[in-house]
Amino acid sequence: MDVFVFAVAAAVILIGAMGVVFSRNPVHAALMLVMTLFGIAVLFVQQQAHFLAAVQVVVYAGAIVVLFLFVIMLLGVDVAENVTVEPLVGQRTAAWVITAGSVGLLTALAIRAAQVSLGMPSGTRPLDGEGGNLVQLARVLFSDYLFAFEATSVLLVIAVVGAVVLANRSPGSTADAGEQEHSPTGAGR
Amino acid sequence: MIAGMFAQLGVPTDAPFAVPEVAWSALTPLLILIVGALALLVVTALVPRTLPVGFFTVTTVAVAAGAAVASLGSWDRVTDPDRGPYMAVAGAITLDGFSVLVTALLAITVVLVALLADGYLRREGLGAAEFSVLVLLSASGGVMMALANDLIVMFLGLEVLSIALYVLAGFQGDRRESQESAMKYFLLGAFASAFLLYGIALVYGATGSTNLGEIAGFLARDVPSEQGLLLGGMAMLIVGFGFKIGVVPFQSWVPDVYQGAPTPVTAFMASGVKVAGFAALLRVIVSALSVQAQDWRPVMWVLAMLTLVVGPAMAIVQTDVKRMLAYSSISHAGFILIGVQAASDRGTAGALFYLFAYSFMALGAFGVVSLVARQGDVGVDLDRFRGLSKRRPGLALVFAVFLLGQTGVPLTSGFMAKFSVIGAAVASESYALAMVAMLTSVVGAFAYLRVIVAMYLGDDEEMAEEGTRRVQIPAAAGLALGLALAVTVTLGVLPSTVLDAARDAVPARLSPSR
Amino acid sequence: MSVDYSWYLFLGAALFTIGAYGLLIRRNPLVMFMCIELMLNAVNLTFVTFSRMLNDIGGQVVVFFVLVVAAAEVVVGLGILVSILRRRPSATVDDISALKG
Repeated sequence: MDVFVFAVAAAVILIGAMGVVFSRNPVHAALMLVMTLFGIAVLFVQQQAHFLAAVQVVVYAGAIVVLFLFVIMLLGVDVAENVTVEPLVGQRTAAWVITAGSVGLLTALAIRAAQVSLGMPSGTRPLDGEGGNLVQLARVLFSDYLFAFEATSVLLVIAVVGAVVLANRSPGSTADAGEQEHSPTGAGR
Repeated sequence: MIAGMFAQLGVPTDAPFAVPEVAWSALTPLLILIVGALALLVVTALVPRTLPVGFFTVTTVAVAAGAAVASLGSWDRVTDPDRGPYMAVAGAITLDGFSVLVTALLAITVVLVALLADGYLRREGLGAAEFSVLVLLSASGGVMMALANDLIVMFLGLEVLSIALYVLAGFQGDRRESQESAMKYFLLGAFASAFLLYGIALVYGATGSTNLGEIAGFLARDVPSEQGLLLGGMAMLIVGFGFKIGVVPFQSWVPDVYQGAPTPVTAFMASGVKVAGFAALLRVIVSALSVQAQDWRPVMWVLAMLTLVVGPAMAIVQTDVKRMLAYSSISHAGFILIGVQAASDRGTAGALFYLFAYSFMALGAFGVVSLVARQGDVGVDLDRFRGLSKRRPGLALVFAVFLLGQTGVPLTSGFMAKFSVIGAAVASESYALAMVAMLTSVVGAFAYLRVIVAMYLGDDEEMAEEGTRRVQIPAAAGLALGLALAVTVTLGVLPSTVLDAARDAVPARLSPSR
Repeated sequence: MSVDYSWYLFLGAALFTIGAYGLLIRRNPLVMFMCIELMLNAVNLTFVTFSRMLNDIGGQVVVFFVLVVAAAEVVVGLGILVSILRRRPSATVDDISALKG
């Protein structure tokens, strides 16, 4: 059963990822991205990260992909499809180098998979302690990672200020949706 | 009441939950920066009329200077042999000489950037409120990186620093180059972040922790027999950091982004961002992974060698001075890497001193460029500088000092900086690297000398075309250039204070007891 | 037969590679952003797998932070893109190429 679930989820993830990379239409790419995200959520459930699986669906599929689609619709699909970025020098070469390197790495990993040498298993912060996964997650989030948690608040302030700066300018241009287009920021939290 | 809720959920209420103790004194510089930025935001939102640019400049300078003073205030505490460095907030951050010095340097960088930006923002008619807030928050990210004793804190600091800078790079909404600069910086920055994060994941798997102290402790106790995960993680970390600090072969975004971004922002990228990036590299690779030095030293050696050769070679063919300075910042990253690859306390101290010296020279040089440019940040090619010594002898002299300093002429901070990293390389027997460094600094000198020659020997044709308009030097920018000049010359003549401080500022390896 | 942990790691590495490759070959910034999301998801999967292998909840907590970072990055990235395209709304095919390397 486990193997079956893994195989299906892996297929969904990889097909979705390929779809993102190779589909011509950005809307299709966004939908393929949702597929990959769902596959990942299934694997989270399989690995005893139930709460993260829910968050994955709500935040990624529910907020981030919606933000993508919103921007595509705001720009118009034809514009979104045709906008391009000038590649940097050697970017294609880098793509092949990275792919070749990663394939080599993957092969090595596959051969040696059984004997991956792991770090010290945790004695103090097990996955399922008292109160289960969620309580355990909260305990660690607000103790060991308290500083990091507070740091994310700065990150969100920057995202909001940045969105306002980028949206609120050039009075001559089509300033129709200046405020609305960034509202999913709130959902992204 | 909360206890009752827990009881309903079936959670034992007496389960121990130790809220970590927050040492506010350790967080003071960081809090000053963040609270200052938030206060500026609130004031701007509440005051009905538009506040003058000067108000934001003064506030930013005051906040950043306060953070620098607060940071240096704890220097005696952390370098005191009896008390020594300490951790705060459940081992997430470390206060040692290293973090104190880097924090202070970042805060001083913000002071100079705010002063340089004052005249620039007026000239270009940009929003000073958002600029100040974003610069302060970005610097707070850099401070988090300097303090971090946990890879996740370091990553979040890097993101705070970078995301604010993506916005700042595209701050000039009506200038196409600025927006493209933001786009390229964003794409490459996010790419690099993903690599860094994957590296963190692999290191976490290989060592069982994201805490730098615990990682170092684990590796010191039992080096894993099968090192594939750890080596892969280190490689990914080096790629991620390599992108952020712009070393060859991860440098291709640097010239485009530096050229397109508003010049005060470019000055911050060349100074503050490099400082934070190298601080993170030194803390993670050189300090926490020092047991693995035999693995990463050859990689750093190759990166340093490539960077030292490619940076100056590309700098001499540029005609745009801003772009030339971008390539020169790549070559300086190569020099700092020499200190990193030495893998010794002396190398770390050399790299720190180099960062200190280079930050002021870069701020000064980009500051002059921002003054010489016409409105819209255009016209910084070499012709614009021709005959500058006749129009603005003072400005030309100051620029010449910054350029000569970057060349490494004696009596400037650049000479002492190059001397200290090359000395560290020789001490750890990297003779080839030391030789190449000296040779390429001669090659790189041509790029700087070309500008100096144009300033002092060039005809004043540009002047005739433009009528009688002189290059304006606003008081704030003048003050910033003066400060940068003073530091550059002082460090060249009397470097001992900062050299000693850098020597005492080696990262400490502390591990939380769990 | 149960699933070996290394399969998850393998899948994460493959997903990361596809994302990195896509980011480098595609020239549409929207799709490039999505490729960044693929890479971050590969990292999340890797973290969750290690978390289970080590029986350490820390890896799962990290996924939270990655989510926040991804959200903030996407907001700013899309903001930059929209501000570029709003400035010249008439342009359909418009290379972002004033700066050349």
